[in-house]
Amino acid sequence: MADAIDDNASPLIELRRVTKVYGRGDAAVHALAGVDLRIEQGEFVAVMGPSGSGKSTAMNILGCLDTPTSGSYRFRGVAVETLGRDQRALLRRRDLGFVFQGFNLLNRTSALENVELPLIYRRTPRAERHALAQRALALVGLNGREGHTPGELSGGQQQRVAIARAIVTDPHLLLADEPTGNLDSVRSHEIMTLLDGLNRDRGITILMVTHEPEMAAYAHRVVHFLDGRVVDENASEHRS
Amino acid sequence: MLWNTLLLALREIRRNVLRSVLTMLGIVIGVAAVIVMVTLGDGATRQVTAQIESLGTNLLMITMGQRMGPGSSSNAPPFTLDDVVAVQREIGAASAVAGSASQIMTAVLGNNNWSTTVTGSDNRFFAVRNWTLDDGRLFTDPELRAGRAVCVIGATVRRELFGYQDPIGQKIRLKQIACEVIGLLASKGQSAMGSDQDDLVVMPLRTFQRRVAGNQDVNLIQLSVRDGDSTEQVKSDIERMMRERRHVHPADQDNFSVRDMKEIATMLTGTTRVLTALLSAVAAVSLLVGGIGIMNIMLVSVTERTREIGIRLAIGALEREVLMQFLVEAVVLSSLGGLLGILLALVASIGLASLLQVPFVLNGPIILIAFLFSAAVGVVFGYFPARRAARLDPIEALRHE
Repeated sequence: MADAIDDNASPLIELRRVTKVYGRGDAAVHALAGVDLRIEQGEFVAVMGPSGSGKSTAMNILGCLDTPTSGSYRFRGVAVETLGRDQRALLRRRDLGFVFQGFNLLNRTSALENVELPLIYRRTPRAERHALAQRALALVGLNGREGHTPGELSGGQQQRVAIARAIVTDPHLLLADEPTGNLDSVRSHEIMTLLDGLNRDRGITILMVTHEPEMAAYAHRVVHFLDGRVVDENASEHRS
Repeated sequence: MLWNTLLLALREIRRNVLRSVLTMLGIVIGVAAVIVMVTLGDGATRQVTAQIESLGTNLLMITMGQRMGPGSSSNAPPFTLDDVVAVQREIGAASAVAGSASQIMTAVLGNNNWSTTVTGSDNRFFAVRNWTLDDGRLFTDPELRAGRAVCVIGATVRRELFGYQDPIGQKIRLKQIACEVIGLLASKGQSAMGSDQDDLVVMPLRTFQRRVAGNQDVNLIQLSVRDGDSTEQVKSDIERMMRERRHVHPADQDNFSVRDMKEIATMLTGTTRVLTALLSAVAAVSLLVGGIGIMNIMLVSVTERTREIGIRLAIGALEREVLMQFLVEAVVLSSLGGLLGILLALVASIGLASLLQVPFVLNGPIILIAFLFSAAVGVVFGYFPARRAARLDPIEALRHE
């Protein structure tokens, strides 16, 4: 797996005529019907579109959890479609962070240990792991909650733990799938402010799926999906 | 990483203590059963061997025919006193040679009857079989030569006929002979074959031949080999000599057999060994069943934790890392079962050994083997569920409710 030859020359993400087909023959479903997308390092992009528009499929491919049926996906210059399952896992481990709508934390496991999880797979030594996880939790404003299990935390706090877990490895790209979908308006804005700060202060590229225009407004750019295609890209009015 | 995986496995097991214990139960019982069987088998073997060794490992028995035990097979001629003398003369390594003939008879004293083995021999009989006197005396030369009606009795015969009376000087009736008791043998207890060694009456060989058997036969020659001489060497010397004396054609098999106690011990313990192996094999089946139980629970666990597996895969766990996690969990489960089984086996073996009056022999190798086997069961039966976990599609797994 070669690193990007030149970070400035190649975009962080480049999709070219990417398709994804589920099933075969007449039953085939074209979830993605040729998507082109470029995302530069440091961007904050919102992905919108009705359900079934292919945005989830696109996110799975962008998150290296899935491979396109055809077309090419370059992540920092690496042709992801040529990578095997384990190589994609290594790429996710090194460069990606995930935040899900349903938080997806390990139950009955403390916040600190949840945040440490990606570091365990990175073989980070124990002491360093603790320190990094503590710092990540502090960054999302959860000092003093390290020992709490997800069950003892509110939805907003759980999502903060999930964000801490996603950024603890200092990823290039943070993929957030409806990060505010399970939260009330106040908590949603708190999370968005947090993401915005991470993007601005730490230069983490953020790609976020949302169906709320209010949340999409935090992004620099909104990509609209419809019927497996990108129909509209426009720069949003970034709120200050 | 392995340490983390191990901690994780222990935590998962602790989370479901009841389920884990029930899952382990098959392995616990299997391991315990195998170890208990082998330990008790070893104890029984040790006991038999010890009893036979108490007869003296340097004891050789020459019997008629190829069959074990007393009595003659159809066409094998009996020995004679000449054979005994010849063995004594020609086998330098023999420290004592005793020829004897025996018959089961009823001994009578007043109203008491007791069926016992009556043996005709001489004082060397006591020497080769390590008998000692509790009371009275052995035979005198005139008694032996003349074939006088005197006898030495074992502790059982004394108890059955005399109770707590002093038997010395009294006369017991054997068939038509009134036989004076001159000596009482010290008790030896049960033999390795389970028979009562103290149930015997010994009289001079000549008395036995003339007044009981009515012939000149000697059925059994016993000799003790001097310490330091090879039993094997003496055995083959006797075989060569006896074939000559008994005119056995070179092409024919021996019509007698020479056995040492080691051989008899091997024969007796052989039975115990076969039985032990058989019972252990049955017990090992329950280990297998325990393994299936572990596989079952691991499959349930993988299904229950599909979402967790999805999270791990999404954040970059490799297939083999997830595989290891579940495999280690299965192995820890089965090994813990193995350890508990070993503990249970030790307690049960000590208890049963004292109950069955068998010595407790700690068999280290079998404990190690049983433990390794239990761990191996975890690997074998844990692999399939673990592979299923590792092969999960992260997208599907994350969607799992």
